[in-house]
Amino acid sequence: MDLILDNLDLFGEGLWTTVQLTVLAYLLAFAIGLAIATLRVSPVGPLRAAGVTYVELVRNTPLLVLLILAFFGLPKLGLVWSPFTTAVIILSVYTGAFIGETIRAGVNTVAAGQVDAARAIGLTFTQTMSLVVLPQAVRSVVPPLGNLFIALTKNTSLAYAISVVELTGTAERLATDTARALPAFGGACVAYLILTLPAGLFFGRLERKVLVRR
Amino acid sequence: MSARAPVIGDPLGPRGRRRALVASVLSALVLAGLIALVVARFADRGQLDRDRWDVLLDPDVLRFLLGGLGHTLELFAVAAAMALPIAVLAALGRLALSRPVRWTAGTYVEVFRALPLLLQILFLYVFLPEAGIHIDPLWVAAIGLALYNGAVMGEIVRAGVLSLERGQSEAARAIGLSYWESMRLVLLPQAARRMIPAGISQMITLLKDTSLAYVVAFEELLRRGRIAGEYARSPLQALLLVAAMYIAVNFTLSRIARRLEVRQRRRYGAGPIAVAGAPEDLSALGTVDGRSDS
Repeated sequence: MDLILDNLDLFGEGLWTTVQLTVLAYLLAFAIGLAIATLRVSPVGPLRAAGVTYVELVRNTPLLVLLILAFFGLPKLGLVWSPFTTAVIILSVYTGAFIGETIRAGVNTVAAGQVDAARAIGLTFTQTMSLVVLPQAVRSVVPPLGNLFIALTKNTSLAYAISVVELTGTAERLATDTARALPAFGGACVAYLILTLPAGLFFGRLERKVLVRR
Repeated sequence: MSARAPVIGDPLGPRGRRRALVASVLSALVLAGLIALVVARFADRGQLDRDRWDVLLDPDVLRFLLGGLGHTLELFAVAAAMALPIAVLAALGRLALSRPVRWTAGTYVEVFRALPLLLQILFLYVFLPEAGIHIDPLWVAAIGLALYNGAVMGEIVRAGVLSLERGQSEAARAIGLSYWESMRLVLLPQAARRMIPAGISQMITLLKDTSLAYVVAFEELLRRGRIAGEYARSPLQALLLVAAMYIAVNFTLSRIARRLEVRQRRRYGAGPIAVAGAPEDLSALGTVDGRSDS
């Protein structure tokens, strides 16, 4: 217990880094997800194919492989990013594929008449998607989007492997420095729960708030 | 809703089709341009040079990487074999009549599911030697994977049992089966069938998660990819090769999972079960064929 209290500042910093990773990556991933869902239902064949390829490639590669590949590989292509930036980008690339598939499931719940009506009043495909379909689609998949947020919070721990000192990194450092693994990791566990439990409650409330009844 | 074309809305008219055709050609050109840019970047930095790739295709290096894939599969098999019994125990515990048992199993499932797997594996890696327990990195990773996946799969098993109609357990009790007999003979066999899609999907996640053993210095595929990359002085190429190997294995598995799910739905008319708080792949797999899982 002393270990946690004595190092509250370290845990605080780690927690803050984890929060930053999670929030930045989720926002980016959400944008990627909207784009991917749009590509996948577009009337243009090559764009649909691009969407499918993205999703299949990203979903079938372990996140850690993507992170390590970006961390050691991208500098060879002249792209030198900080570990934090690399982590945010890769986490959002990975999560974006899952968000895209989730939103696409939501798109399928939007009544066909909505699309036909949007087209009948002269909206283009992009307008139909951004003004009519996507707003309804996202509302119907709030619970899985919340699960993805929590999964992302847990996945930010992988940034430890590319030397970002977030919660997991903080715990590992403290544990090896002091040879007291139990309190060090216990502190990190509590911190993760502080993040994920309110997130679950928040998405639960959001779901009730934006629910579309049909 | 009936099956719809991948494109939303009614079929396009003649003008719409013409526009889509133009857009297709244009977008194909743009996509080809993007790919060309990436290739040019590789070529520019000398990453396409023959000798950078040739060292990797050396039989010894390839054998080394395939050995890594073997270790990955070995870890997967050990972890899955340990996770399954844990999952059934956890589910039975959460469905048990006794309150303390339900509470214990519930705490286990909720805590282990809520914490990052990497944190659990690292904890074991640091804690076990501290506690005087020295075991192989394979087992450190396997225990971590099994504890986490036991909790996740436990929820799948529980959801499978709960998805059965009440009448099943009531009828089983009515013909005089005990609680355990009705579980073993009536409920679990039916639940197992419904669990197949979600279960296989979780197995794919588990296979992907074996890469976390990288951090405990277990020489699975990713770790060996790093080693081979450093040895051959082409880290980018080695890791690309490793990613391709993962994609090949996982893609094949997802295909099998999808086929099993379709066959099962045709045969039993039962869709996949919904697992509350399911991780990424569960929510996503249900949508693969364009069906909503809500």
